[in-house]
Amino acid sequence: MQSPDAPDTQREARIAADPLYTALVRDRQRFSWALTAVTVIVYSAFISLIAFDKPFMARPLFGTITIAVVLGAAMLVGTIAICAVYVRRANTDYDARLAALLDKVGR
Amino acid sequence: MRSLGRAAALILLLGWATGADAAIGGAVARQPTNWTAIAMFAGFVLLTLWITGAAARRTRSVSDFYTGGGITGFQNGLAMAGDYCSAASFLGITSQIFNDGYDGLIYAIGFLVGWPIVLFLIAEKLRNLGRFTFADVASYRFLQGPVRSFSAASTLFVVAFYLIAQMVGAGQLIQLLFGLPYLVAITVVGGLMMVYVLFGGMRATSWVQIIKAVLLLLGATFLVLGVLAHVGFSLEALFARAVAVKTQVALGTGLDPAEAAARGRAIMGPGGFIKDPVSALSFGFALMLGTAGLPHILMRFFTVPDAREARKSILWATTWIGYFYALTFILGFGAIVMISFNPAYVDASGAIRGGNNMAVMHLAHAIGGNLFLGFISAVAFATILAVVAGLTLSAASAISHDVYASVLHKGAADPARELRVSRITTILLGIAAIVLGIVFEKQNVAFMVSLAFALAASGNFPVLVLSLLWSGCTTRGAAWGGTIGLVTALGLTILSPVIWVAVFGFERAVFPYSSPALFSVPIAFAAIWLLSVLDRSPRAAVDRAGYPAQRLRSETGLGVHDPAAH
Repeated sequence: MQSPDAPDTQREARIAADPLYTALVRDRQRFSWALTAVTVIVYSAFISLIAFDKPFMARPLFGTITIAVVLGAAMLVGTIAICAVYVRRANTDYDARLAALLDKVGR
Repeated sequence: MRSLGRAAALILLLGWATGADAAIGGAVARQPTNWTAIAMFAGFVLLTLWITGAAARRTRSVSDFYTGGGITGFQNGLAMAGDYCSAASFLGITSQIFNDGYDGLIYAIGFLVGWPIVLFLIAEKLRNLGRFTFADVASYRFLQGPVRSFSAASTLFVVAFYLIAQMVGAGQLIQLLFGLPYLVAITVVGGLMMVYVLFGGMRATSWVQIIKAVLLLLGATFLVLGVLAHVGFSLEALFARAVAVKTQVALGTGLDPAEAAARGRAIMGPGGFIKDPVSALSFGFALMLGTAGLPHILMRFFTVPDAREARKSILWATTWIGYFYALTFILGFGAIVMISFNPAYVDASGAIRGGNNMAVMHLAHAIGGNLFLGFISAVAFATILAVVAGLTLSAASAISHDVYASVLHKGAADPARELRVSRITTILLGIAAIVLGIVFEKQNVAFMVSLAFALAASGNFPVLVLSLLWSGCTTRGAAWGGTIGLVTALGLTILSPVIWVAVFGFERAVFPYSSPALFSVPIAFAAIWLLSVLDRSPRAAVDRAGYPAQRLRSETGLGVHDPAAH
């Protein structure tokens, strides 16, 4: 990988050894995988409901609006919401911890 | 710049001349030349060419060409929405809802759920490690030759199928909307996209996509307001009237009242779109994971300065795309209510005049007359242009940056020559797109978009995820495992009904499901894992030893490449 900036290996080694770094990577990874799992499971459940139980999905909830319409709308909103959850956490928690880490080892 | 102006004049002239031809000849009397649409589209073209001219003056370096010198997360989110919401989804999903009701929404949701996956697993690390193409990241700690060759080949496959579907759709659509001949329509699309990318690079492409996204969202919002005003701003009333209309249509076909009522209610629930559960899940996974492997989408992350803006890009993109799909749902039902019994829009048999995809166009006419129809037509054309420009740019960068500069010249290519190669590639791609559009005119290309997603999900996605997140991944695993995934997806598609039966004419498909992803994605992951684990070569040791440093940079953004840096 050609890189315009020479890697400061000493500094990178200090970061890698820092407990703040390992904790940040661990927490962020755990959170990312958890949200990924939620997304995949909820979506698979939605598709499975459509595939296996169409009569349930077609049941009206209020007026002509069926369970399928409500769940479909919830999928659209939920997809945006789960992105917002991650971005909010990353913008506040993770970014602050990364900044603290970089401050600590010297920018 | 002067030659650019001349090219613009030529293209416009071409449009006008043939438009006049068609009007005089009356050959396309069914869809007379729509002057409002052409005038509005000409306005869009002039604006985007002006932007391209401005961008061209500032596109000097390779970095300018590939990244456009940097935009904000909000702008990039809009551009991603512009890149992702194709005319096929605008016209196709609304028409599907017009015909079958709810089923169109299943498609739309599949297209949306990939975005959180990109956000959680890929976006930030991609931004921190890469410079111009996703292959920068996929090959970061590996031997450049094999992994970049795989990535470039995979990019070209995905882009080719996506592009063919867009070009053929574009030709047919423009034929219908503007009354232009197919050949002219294809040439205008191919020519304009070439001009944008050739002169303006990523900067022009980004702004074409942003403008298009804004126009599409505004147009769709106005249409929805028109629909809601028609039904007294009550969604319940909209659905109730749509059910009543569909019931009446069913009664007209001679069904008894009970059956007709059931047929009417059926539009509020899932219908025949999903047949067997395996196909359903497989198709869903192709859409979801494929989004995370689309080269033209991944490339957009390098237009923002850092990981923070990359994640904001996704939140905005997801918001706009989700909003857009919610609008298409309402538009489909609006079309049921507002155009179903109007002989100007629907013929005696209940089919949409002008072709199956025209529901939302008739709705635009019903709501806002010729002027609004013209506006929405122009938006649809702009939509196609924005998508094909993004595709072309990503294919050009795969050839010039990955193959020419990184594989052939081992990363030591002269930047000026790399830029020239990407421009020559753009011209060749433009010509190829026009030729492919002509060759595939009469073919069924509807499956090609989902094939592009399946290929991206089975090749790029597993390679990217494992190279980013698994220390054991090696050059051999990534390059060959990814190739196995890609070939499996392609092979299973050929053996599936859409090609084996529909194209080759065999009686029964070897692979009975509509999408290969449920099988080819796990196979790709397993192949990469197995080949990496068994890899005892000296290079494998280097690959594994490189992981901690790669991980550190992907997590912290140290050494990140700034798109604005020269």
